[in-house]
Amino acid sequence: MLDSVASVRDFAFAARETSALPIRFEAVTFAAGPTRILHGVDVTLVPGSPTVLMGPNGCGKTTLLKLAMGLLTQIGGAITFAGGPAPAGSRAIVFQKPIMLRRTAAANVAYALRAAGKPADEANVRRLLDLAQIAPLAARPARRLSGGEQQRLALARALACEPQVLLLDEPTSSLDPASTKLVEDIIAQVSASGIKVVMATHDIGQARRLAGDVVFLAKGRLIEHAAADRFFNDPVSEEARSFLAGNLVI
Amino acid sequence: MDGATAFDLILSGDRTLFAIVRLSLTVTVLATLLAAVVAMPLGAAVALTRFPFRNVVIVVLNGLMGLPPVVVGLMVFLMLSRSGPLGEMGILFTPTAMTIAQAILVAPIIAALTRQLIEDLWTEYRDELTAMEVGPIGRVQTLLWDARFSLVTILLAGFGRAAAEVGTVMIVGGNIDGFTRVMTTTIALETSKGNLPLAIGLGIVLIALILAVNALAWSVREWAERHAG
Repeated sequence: MLDSVASVRDFAFAARETSALPIRFEAVTFAAGPTRILHGVDVTLVPGSPTVLMGPNGCGKTTLLKLAMGLLTQIGGAITFAGGPAPAGSRAIVFQKPIMLRRTAAANVAYALRAAGKPADEANVRRLLDLAQIAPLAARPARRLSGGEQQRLALARALACEPQVLLLDEPTSSLDPASTKLVEDIIAQVSASGIKVVMATHDIGQARRLAGDVVFLAKGRLIEHAAADRFFNDPVSEEARSFLAGNLVI
Repeated sequence: MDGATAFDLILSGDRTLFAIVRLSLTVTVLATLLAAVVAMPLGAAVALTRFPFRNVVIVVLNGLMGLPPVVVGLMVFLMLSRSGPLGEMGILFTPTAMTIAQAILVAPIIAALTRQLIEDLWTEYRDELTAMEVGPIGRVQTLLWDARFSLVTILLAGFGRAAAEVGTVMIVGGNIDGFTRVMTTTIALETSKGNLPLAIGLGIVLIALILAVNALAWSVREWAERHAG
């Protein structure tokens, strides 16, 4: 564990500038064909502890992350990073089901390093694999790794560009508790190193463990944005209370 | 009886037979590679770019997979004949002409199958590569590399089509003994002459070669997938 923390610091994440923060969503609206997915979402994400996006399935968490990553374009409103467009290489994303390139784990990381314009030498690859605790699997074909190993490899790949903002879309939704723990440890270390983590999850326990603040969405609308303690102990909205009580929020 | 004689020809290392086999392989391999160099990037480009009438291009590309060999032979013949626009090159009735004709025949197959393969892979990779800010050239390189094992299968489809071809090479090669005579044209000729042992022998060699090439490619693919994903 201590070794891994050291690897994060070695990778020079700690002293980074945060020119991509805060991230401001202003009246962001998105539609897929005739279906509105997001309705005028207004929220500002500041540097610091992880921001967790919560809400029932279909509430717009993934869409919000993809918009922040620039993979989708909103039909209304604006998303700004420190008041402007996102600087190149300032964002990275890990998907719920990451796609592994058809090559070894080490080659996947080397590819991401090259794409980010970083030296893809053995030392850099090794450092990222160490960080993700998959160095012993470096020579294995990435597609033959387990789900948890693939997710950690995806994290290593995402960190290759030394992002200021790391977007995570339900990164542990299909993992067992042991794999979830490993991924959560890495997320905590990454966040501690100064990278802003924005993570979608509908796992309340995970949100309690990781969140600094919570953005709660339902039916494509921002229902609540609060510090994690306040959100979990004293939610303001009926939807959030119901969600936290384990009721089905549709 | 004919079959036994055919095997004798093969086992005795008959020089005529092996000269024909060698030329066939040379022409077919070169034609497949020539077609691949043009058709694979073309297929990938069509898969990854959006332009007016793209759907028409895809339909045409798919349709050309069934291009009649004799029509290709005729077109190449007209281009390369003395009165044709490329007549001055003087390559009609040479292995070069046969290679060009076979490449034209095989290129649409490779392009159409590559287009489909790369388009499917792009659907899978789009978000990851976009998130990694990989540029257009990098995308094409990545997709072609990651599709490499499937592309080998496409190459084999092209190779099989070229190896089995008769009409085109007959028209542009002329089936000249010792110069442009390949396995398929020899089989056709010797069968019409009633010389069945040589025809059968060549048929056996042709099938064996195609099976061997496919088996080799399959083995390499299996090995590579186990070791590289």
